[in-house]
Amino acid sequence: MNEKYLYPLMAVIALFLVAYVGVEAVGLQWLFGIIIPFMALITFVVGFVMRVNDWARSPVPFAIPTTCGQQESLPWIKPNKIDNPFTTGGVIIRMALEILLFRSLFRNTTCKLNEGPTISYVWEKWLWLFSLAFHYSFLTVLVRHLRFFLEPVPSSLQILDKLDGFLQIGLPGVMISGVVLLAAAMFLLLRRIVISQVRYFSLAADFFPLFLIIAIAVSGIMMRYFTKVDIVGVKELTMGMVTFHPHIPDGIGAIFYVHVFFVSVLLAYFPFSKLMHLGGVFLSPTRNVRCNTRAHRHINPWNPKVKVHTYAEYEDDFREKMIGAGLPVEKEL
Amino acid sequence: MYDKNKIVAGLVIFVAIVTFPFWYNLGNASSAPEPKLSEKAKAAKECVVPKESMKSEHMRILDLWRDTVVRDANRIYNTGKGKTFNMSLSTGEESCTGCHDNKAEFCDKCHNYASVDPYCWDCHIAPKEKKPEENK
Repeated sequence: MNEKYLYPLMAVIALFLVAYVGVEAVGLQWLFGIIIPFMALITFVVGFVMRVNDWARSPVPFAIPTTCGQQESLPWIKPNKIDNPFTTGGVIIRMALEILLFRSLFRNTTCKLNEGPTISYVWEKWLWLFSLAFHYSFLTVLVRHLRFFLEPVPSSLQILDKLDGFLQIGLPGVMISGVVLLAAAMFLLLRRIVISQVRYFSLAADFFPLFLIIAIAVSGIMMRYFTKVDIVGVKELTMGMVTFHPHIPDGIGAIFYVHVFFVSVLLAYFPFSKLMHLGGVFLSPTRNVRCNTRAHRHINPWNPKVKVHTYAEYEDDFREKMIGAGLPVEKEL
Repeated sequence: MYDKNKIVAGLVIFVAIVTFPFWYNLGNASSAPEPKLSEKAKAAKECVVPKESMKSEHMRILDLWRDTVVRDANRIYNTGKGKTFNMSLSTGEESCTGCHDNKAEFCDKCHNYASVDPYCWDCHIAPKEKKPEENK
């Protein structure tokens, strides 16, 4: 075992125990069902805005776009308009492909040392595939949860439920997104544990969110398919929260409070963690800057105002003396 | 702040999305629904299993019953307390809807609230809604 994933695992188990004992033995439903979620949400929103604000205040001293194609230069050299965007339109397409399809992960290769010795770079799309599966299933799960927070529930959410559960396995029907979310998160975790190079650069801050998200998914799946909670009571609680009439209905199982506590911890932890790539992906200068470094000069925004004395001014000061000494001048007297 | 307009616009969109449930439900304090039991169900006092398990397990029971009836041709459910029920959603007096005869007041109340749309009624015919005077 390795402390980099042992400590986060123990932290998640401790969080489970805190919530479970707190609700089951001490009866702190108010704390875990209302106060902590509210505080977590405030921390999430305020922390997120402050973090983005901090980034927005940081000047970008150099134009440092990453180039993955030929830059716009001479008319007879064909530029790559998306991978080396020269215009704002190109940047928008590049950013959209990055944010929606994780294009940079698609470029992932793995390095292999062969006999000889020669080196080869091999096709490796699993990280891209599972990241995409993970993020989109997480989004679907998140959107599906809106049914607990909206009344009346919009019909678009019911269509999403139908699509997600179209396999009609068992009752309550299996939701594809939940299964994919758990499977993809497990892959991303095992990748960090099994591949020695990835394990070497993985830190506790990488493992903690993964364990936490896996715990959220497992507790949610437990609630839906196995131990069951009073779903009408759950909606009563969540609706009380979003209409600012907090209220704890009786008889909701402790597993629900555990689930909510995990989500609260994730939300509160979010602005201080690597999870901020949600906001950061929009603000990475290597991606959102135009690759026009040959055509335009990028001026460092923190350059101090330098007082310069140009040659024209110098000549103005000394013209007579220069002519007297026989030196050439640009402007005669 | 650099690129102030873009940053502020992005943050406004972010906050609007995160707080969406709060302003969607503004001024709308709906309370949890209470399914209405029919007179017959009230008189019977007990269902096939106790109320609390019924609340969380009824879908699984119905799923199991369907398989038992269709695959094993076993139509009788014994509660273990000497009472038997017909394992059917909508056929006869001893079925689910024989007792719970008002879908809108019984099934739909919670299902709609929790946005659950079970596919029972794709095949089964919902019990006829009786008018109040017929109910007496």
